[in-house]
Amino acid sequence: MTDLTRLTIAEAREKLRGKEITATELTDAYVSAIDQANATFNAYVATTPDKAREMAKASDARLAKGEGGALEGIPLGIKDLFATEGVHTQACSHVLDGFEPRYESTVTANLWADGAVMLGKLNMDEFAMGSSNETSYYGPVINPWRRSRTETVVMPTTHQGDGGFVAAGGARTARTYDNMQLVPGGSSGGSAAAVSAFLCAGATATDTGGSIRQPAAFTGTVGIKPTYGRVSRWGTVAFASSLDQAGPIARDVRDAAILLKSMASVDAKDTTSVDLPVPDYEAAIGKSVKGMKIGIPKEYRVDGMPEDIEALWQKGIAWLRDAGAEIVDISLPHTKYALPAYYIVAPAEASSNLARYDGVRYGLRVPGKDIIEMYENTRAAGFGREVKRRIMIGTYVLSAGYYDAYYLQAQKVRTLIKRDFELAFAAGVDVILTPATPSAAFGVADEDMAADPVKMYLNDIFTVTVNMAGLPGIAVPAGLDGNGLPLGLQLIGRPFDEETLFQTAHVIEQAAGRFQPEKWW
Amino acid sequence: MSVDLKTVKRVAHLARIAVSEDDAQRMTGELNAILGFVEQLNEVDVSGVEPMTSVTPMEMKKRVDAVTDGNKAADIVANAPATDENFFLVPKVVE
Repeated sequence: MTDLTRLTIAEAREKLRGKEITATELTDAYVSAIDQANATFNAYVATTPDKAREMAKASDARLAKGEGGALEGIPLGIKDLFATEGVHTQACSHVLDGFEPRYESTVTANLWADGAVMLGKLNMDEFAMGSSNETSYYGPVINPWRRSRTETVVMPTTHQGDGGFVAAGGARTARTYDNMQLVPGGSSGGSAAAVSAFLCAGATATDTGGSIRQPAAFTGTVGIKPTYGRVSRWGTVAFASSLDQAGPIARDVRDAAILLKSMASVDAKDTTSVDLPVPDYEAAIGKSVKGMKIGIPKEYRVDGMPEDIEALWQKGIAWLRDAGAEIVDISLPHTKYALPAYYIVAPAEASSNLARYDGVRYGLRVPGKDIIEMYENTRAAGFGREVKRRIMIGTYVLSAGYYDAYYLQAQKVRTLIKRDFELAFAAGVDVILTPATPSAAFGVADEDMAADPVKMYLNDIFTVTVNMAGLPGIAVPAGLDGNGLPLGLQLIGRPFDEETLFQTAHVIEQAAGRFQPEKWW
Repeated sequence: MSVDLKTVKRVAHLARIAVSEDDAQRMTGELNAILGFVEQLNEVDVSGVEPMTSVTPMEMKKRVDAVTDGNKAADIVANAPATDENFFLVPKVVE
C-alpha cells in the first residue's frame, strides 16, 4: 500500500469519503511515522496516540453513515499554544509545568467539531517568542531539509572480463547532502517541521510577527496568517494580544484553505473576533488572476538580501504577469520602522499578558521567604532568557516616564504603517507580492544570532509589517536556493480578503511546483 | 536612551523576576542593543498622527449582563500548585 502520510488533506478526504481508506488506517500511519521519526526532529512535545485512535474510530463511524464533517478523519498536529482539554498545554515553557487545561480553545474545538483527529502537541519557541524554535523549554526542532549541492559525476567506463562487454561511460548528477542541522524557523517550528516531514496532515500555528509564514518558508510548506479578528484567540495562550492570530501550516495551498475554513469562526468569547461569515476559501482556488493588480513594494529590497531571494521574487513577478495580472510598483515608505515598532508593542503587551504566571494559579512554583520572593523565584526559574528579555523590555517601555517616548510613539508609527497599505489598496492594488524571509533556513545554534538578539529579530523583517497592520498574509514555497533549501514568497491582501490570497498563491504554486525534502530519516 | 545596571535591577523587580548580578550585567547589554535598535523610531514625523488603538475598525462587543458560566471552582483550582477547599494557597501576606 502507498504511504498514507504522503496524501494531502484534499486527497485523504476523497479517499476517506470514497471508503478507499479508513480514518483508523490513516491515523495509524501517522502514529507510526511519529514513533519512528519524532526523536530525530523533536517536533512533538506530547503525543496522544490513544486519543487519536479513539477520535479516528468515531470518524470512521460517522463516515460509514455518510455524516463526515469537513475534516472528518484528518490527523492534525496542534501547536502547544492552544488549550486542549486534559492534554499538555505549556506554550513550551517551564513556567507552565504540568498544565492541563479543563477547557478547549475555540480553534481546536472547531477542528474537532469538523471531525479532525488530534495527534499531539507541537514544539514551538517559548510563548511564541523566537524565529528558530530554539527558545523552547523542550529544545530545538530540526528542519527536515538539509543543505545539498548537485555534482556531476562522470561514470567510469568499465570493462568486464574477456567477453569484451563494455559498459557505456557517461555523466550523471548526484546530490550530496550536508549533515548540518538546520532550524525550521519559529515560533511555529514544530508545526512546520511536522507538516514537512509527514508527521501530520496539517497543523495549527500562530503568528504574532511572522511565526507562521517564516517557518513555512523555511520548510517548503504553505502558511497563512489571517486578518486580525478572523480566527478566535479564545483559549490560545496570549503573547501580544493586538498582533496574535492563529492560522494553518499545510502541504499545499488547497490544504491551507481547507484548514482555515474550519479554524476561523465568529466567537462571542473573543471580543476582537469579527462578525463576518467565514467564506468557502477552497472555492477561490483555480480562479484566474487575469486583470488583477499586483503591487511590488520597493522597500522590501533590502541591503544584503541574497541574490537567490531577489531572483525568486522576479520569478514570482513573471509568473503572475504571465497569468495575466498587472504588475505595479508601489511604495510603503514606513516599512523599515515596522520591526522597531514591533519590538516595543509586542514586548509591552507580553509583559502585561505574562504577569499571570506567578506560581499561584497554575504551573511552576518556586518557594521564597515571602510572596514577592516566591513570585520572583518562580518567574526567574520558569521563563527562559528570550522571554525574560522581552518582559524586561516591555516593563521598561511601559514604566513611568517612558510610556510616551516608546509605547505611544510606536503606536503612532503603527498607524502610519497601516496607512501605507491602505493607500496602496485604495490605489487599486489587489495583492502585494514580497519575499517571505530575508534568508533560507540557518543552522541550529548559529553564533551570530546567539550573540545579538536583534540579528534574530531581523528574520521577521518582511512579515512583521502585516501583523502591525492587521492584514492577511500567506507564505507559499516558490523555489530552492543554491544550497537546495526552500524559499518562499509572501502575498499580502486587503483585510478579510484571504480568498484573493489563496487564489493568487495557487497560481504561484502551479508555476513553482511543490517542494518536499528527500527522506533521510 | 540606554539603561544602566541599577535600572535593569529595578525593572527586573517591577517585572517580578529574580536576577543575579551576572544576569543583570548580561541583560544590561542585551536591553541596550534592543533599545538602540528601536531608537530609529524617533526620526519618524508623527505630528498629528493618532496612536493605534484597534487594528481593525470595530465596536467593542458587549454581552447581556447575565450569568452565563460558573460553578467551576474545582476546575479553576485544578492546576494550582497549592490549594485547600477550592482556595489558592500562598505564603502568608499579612502578619
